[in-house]
Amino acid sequence: MNWGQAIADAVALGSLYGLVAVGIGLVFGVMRLINFAYGELITAGGYVLAYTGGWPPALAIAACVAAVIALALLQERVAFRALRRMGASPATMLVATFAVSFLLQAIYLIAFGSRGQIVGTLGSLNTAFTIHGVDIRWIVVATVVTGAFLLGATAALLNRTNIGLHIRAAATDFRTARILGVRANRVIGFSFVVAGFLAAAVSVLYTVSNPLVQPQMGVPITIFALVGVVVGGLDRLWSAALGAFAVGFVYGMCGDLLSSQSSVYLPSVVYGLVIVVLVLRPAGLFAPLRARMVERV
Amino acid sequence: MRRSLEPAVQLLGPVLALVATAAVAGGLSTTQQLEFENALVMAAIVVALYVFVGNSGVISFGHMSFAAVGGYLSGLITLDPQTKSFTMPGLFPFLEHAHIGVVPSLALAAAAGGVFALVVGLPLMRLSGLPAGIATFAVLGITYNVLYYWGKVGPGAQTLSDIPEVGRWTLAGAGAIACACAFAYQRSRFGRQLRATREDPAAARASGIDVYRQRLVAFTLSGALAGLGGGLYVHQLGLITPDQFYLDLTFVTLAMLVVGGAGSLWGAVVGALSISALNSFLGDAENTVHVGFRLTLPNGTRLVTIGAVMALVLILRPAGLTRGREFSLRRRRA
Repeated sequence: MNWGQAIADAVALGSLYGLVAVGIGLVFGVMRLINFAYGELITAGGYVLAYTGGWPPALAIAACVAAVIALALLQERVAFRALRRMGASPATMLVATFAVSFLLQAIYLIAFGSRGQIVGTLGSLNTAFTIHGVDIRWIVVATVVTGAFLLGATAALLNRTNIGLHIRAAATDFRTARILGVRANRVIGFSFVVAGFLAAAVSVLYTVSNPLVQPQMGVPITIFALVGVVVGGLDRLWSAALGAFAVGFVYGMCGDLLSSQSSVYLPSVVYGLVIVVLVLRPAGLFAPLRARMVERV
Repeated sequence: MRRSLEPAVQLLGPVLALVATAAVAGGLSTTQQLEFENALVMAAIVVALYVFVGNSGVISFGHMSFAAVGGYLSGLITLDPQTKSFTMPGLFPFLEHAHIGVVPSLALAAAAGGVFALVVGLPLMRLSGLPAGIATFAVLGITYNVLYYWGKVGPGAQTLSDIPEVGRWTLAGAGAIACACAFAYQRSRFGRQLRATREDPAAARASGIDVYRQRLVAFTLSGALAGLGGGLYVHQLGLITPDQFYLDLTFVTLAMLVVGGAGSLWGAVVGALSISALNSFLGDAENTVHVGFRLTLPNGTRLVTIGAVMALVLILRPAGLTRGREFSLRRRRA
């Protein structure tokens, strides 16, 4: 049992989920929409990386970012904008994102096959260095640094720029913000661009440790991040990110701490903790103490 | 149509749809019969889901765990004890030795689903909105995880086959019973109170409705019907695996409910039958079908088309195919 090792792995997993949570939380903040098809953006990024294996890494990553942002905008434009115009109920919106997720997975299955594609970009980050007997892979460092940087950058974007102000206004009260001159489509489109950029970053980081890209790759990532988002508290971006980080961290720690025989029940342990947290603090672990419950969806 | 007959007609629509499905299946090839039977099972499960999700407006991702418990119980106790001691040596003694007929096992499945839902609902029905959805999903995650690895309650990761199968009329009959329960519930005091909380929680509370209690009642009934549906599913397929009660089934049944129209029983049945029909037709079309001309679709188009159709229906008719209305013979203005 090596505590240092366990913590290093858990922090990397937590950072990754934290990034996914920011992407999901950003769109939720503006549109009150949980985009279940977010994971398919990550998968799309993975496929782009797999097919640009021969390119220089910077170029491959740029292609990945461009493709994922394009797909994010496409999702918004084709499916979610129409639903928003129709005034669909939150349940309908949620199921519509399932449908989009399902559709994209089916397309990946036809286009790329079920066997999976291997990503080689940045594979060298899998090598490790040793501090005090703890093997730390470079990708762990890269994930934590990129995660912290992108989280900070998103926060700065929201708090320091004009469009960030618009996003926050729209997130607080969409109708009033529109009346006051916030351009709804632009704000929502922009939040999808940012969310797409974050998804691309997750594709790059995730595929270094898990190089096999399959049509359903994004599903468990979305689910775990979503669980984390709700556990942390949906209303604010940082609490959502922290919640997802906590879920990833606990998952990583328990995975290392449990004996191999009982580690098969790891998901049960984590889900059990999730239920306990939600029953005790429905508004989220990191929400203000007397916060109202989110009465949506 | 006289006013007094209206409720009977509302229930008759869904029931007749199930009966018609079973009747049509009789004249078809074996493969198509299986697909029609599967449609009946889906209808039963979606009706179960409707009792809670449709009436309360709270999304549950956890209902397939009640279906799983019902399905496992119903499947295991209809198997011959000797086979079980051979294939699953670690099984709990009462599961290993029990051996009863399919119909009583379905009743037990409903009871087990209901009890499980009640136990889960006691703490979770205090939640609403997305936290409720995620908490119920956590229940599904635990159920799946336990069923997958715990040899005392089932075959674990392996597939258990040779479960006694039931015919399409049993499936349709059980589906009709589920419809009748759902219909009786939604017209009862309890159902109406719960629907009031869906429309306006604050006003409902102010009128003296105990939201927690009403949700718990619906959750329990819904869990019992899901247990029954799970039992039907196992006996329709003739096999048990943990994967049949996990993410795919959860999303498909929720999608059927919303596509049909989550606000009505008729919507639940229409959604389940129409998506099943589309699925079955496209599956056939991948192996050439005659629709005036020979139609052969490339492999894989089935899933793409279903995804696209579901998304399209939701975009064009956000309230679902039935717009959340009950079956009626009168024409109403849209």
